[in-house]
Amino acid sequence: MSDLIRSTAAELAAKIASREVSAVEVAQAHLDRIAEVDGSVKAFLHVDAEGALAAARRVDEDVAAGNAPASPLAGVPLALKDVFTTEGVPTTCGSKMLEGWRPPYDATVTRRLKEAGVVILGKTNMDEFAMGSSTENSAYGPTRNPWDLDRIPGGSGGGSSASLAAFEAPLAIGTDTGGSIRQPGSVTGTVGVKPTYGGVSRYGLVAFSSSLDQAGPCARTVLDAALLHEIIAGHDPLDSTSVDAPVPPVVAAAREGANGDLTGVRVGVVTQFSGEGYQPGVLRSFEAAVAQLKQLGAEIVEVSCPSFDYALPAYYLIAPSEASSNLARFDAMRYGLRVGDDGTRSAEEVMSLTREAGFGAEVKRRIMIGTYALSSGYYDAYYGSAQKVRTLISRDFESAFATVDVLVSPTTPTTAFRIGERTGDPMAMYKADLCTIPANLAGNAAMSVPSGLSDEDGLPVGLQIMAPALQDHRMYRVAAAYEAARDAALGHTVISQVPQLEGAAR
Amino acid sequence: MPSISRDEVAHLARLARLAVTDDELDLFAGQLDVILQSVATVGDIATADIPPTSHAVPLTNVFREDAVRPSLGQQQALAGAPAAEDGRFRVPRILGEEA
Repeated sequence: MSDLIRSTAAELAAKIASREVSAVEVAQAHLDRIAEVDGSVKAFLHVDAEGALAAARRVDEDVAAGNAPASPLAGVPLALKDVFTTEGVPTTCGSKMLEGWRPPYDATVTRRLKEAGVVILGKTNMDEFAMGSSTENSAYGPTRNPWDLDRIPGGSGGGSSASLAAFEAPLAIGTDTGGSIRQPGSVTGTVGVKPTYGGVSRYGLVAFSSSLDQAGPCARTVLDAALLHEIIAGHDPLDSTSVDAPVPPVVAAAREGANGDLTGVRVGVVTQFSGEGYQPGVLRSFEAAVAQLKQLGAEIVEVSCPSFDYALPAYYLIAPSEASSNLARFDAMRYGLRVGDDGTRSAEEVMSLTREAGFGAEVKRRIMIGTYALSSGYYDAYYGSAQKVRTLISRDFESAFATVDVLVSPTTPTTAFRIGERTGDPMAMYKADLCTIPANLAGNAAMSVPSGLSDEDGLPVGLQIMAPALQDHRMYRVAAAYEAARDAALGHTVISQVPQLEGAAR
Repeated sequence: MPSISRDEVAHLARLARLAVTDDELDLFAGQLDVILQSVATVGDIATADIPPTSHAVPLTNVFREDAVRPSLGQQQALAGAPAAEDGRFRVPRILGEEA
């Protein structure tokens, strides 16, 4: 396997800037890798080889002209979740509804990546409209976990996480509404970050649940995630909920954390997130991670957040309610699929036939739950109560962060489950988001960093670190310190243990 | 007793403009019932004195300068249309026979 595809993004950027390797060579190495293994991983819905090589050539020309790099990640390839609009490049959101759609504009995240000289390799697979925890809800078939091709890569951003673990890209972008960046990171042994709500623009991010949706960076190291975070974050006048404040200094925090000292840092262990329903190997990995944080000098305390037990039901009312409204835009009139327009049917009939044909089962379920929860007569009992739970969850975070700097928990209760294992039982699938949802409801920052492999099945486990709103740098510092200590204790990185894929070059 | 009937699910599908099949109604009625019974637990702790939160960050109206800026042209806006005619979106009839 070529060294280029195993390198970190930071290493690649340095080599490209010093002309040790060209951006075109780096892009080609990753395109070759995709051609070699994506037939079995299926991380990508669309590979834009031409666009990637053209972007890489521009970076090389820039370097040759003696210009300063456009960003600390200039020339580094990236896999973009297919929920962001890309001008002229297909954007499907994993749905038949948008098959073949080529957006007429770039999302702000897309634009910032391009301006930073990041090379976008293509668009990654996802649960339809980001609704799911396994990528099995994609209309284009599931993505497979490079650690075990019979298992799920997490969801909704399973294409992004799998592309990292398969060494198809060193960087990826995800979106996290209830855990769709962190849970895929956890089950693939990669790093996934949900920034503070409003930290990264939602302009051009196809909306699922607008008060929860947050884009964020995915990578194989904490530093790479931080470097990408600083490129995509920042105020955007095109997003009315974008936070108009300086981007938290996450790169400096990651570098500081790598020095390995957490003296004086208070870490709270959320007592609600253990016990029944948690895989024993996941809990053992979590406990070992907490012990490691203690060794680094952190002070460990137990913190009770009682309302977190109600986060899952609140989320599965709020998110579907917002989704039922957001997805009303798919009306077969202005873009996307249209079915049954035979000259006799009315717009309403065509709309209903189109939505029936274009949406998958999970999307339909959520639209109907949301429609129900927002109906008069049920509004107070369902949506209204869920909004009150949201208040209680924010209060629990506030009181926790009054005594600790960060909170930790397992990212998700189990390791990667088998493809097909939970598709017939929506509630079992929803439980994958148990630990990640509170941070979406309260809007604060949270991330997942690998905590090694579960001793019972050899599959990756994630440590979730949560920080207060706009204090994203706190969790990066803890994550980088933990990552360095973990690698030193193991004698290697977690991702280096991923099995060689079929068809990989020898 | 189920919290939602098959007829109610059919009604929801009509409201949401989903022309679901009979088989789907059978499947969804059971699944939605399980989901709704489970999420109804939010009522256990949502007492009257707790204010609702609609959004993680407090929102106030955001205004921008009333300045002209570039937007999509007609061709771009119509590029993804299922059907277009005379530079406009062509849509099916919007009124029923009885209207």
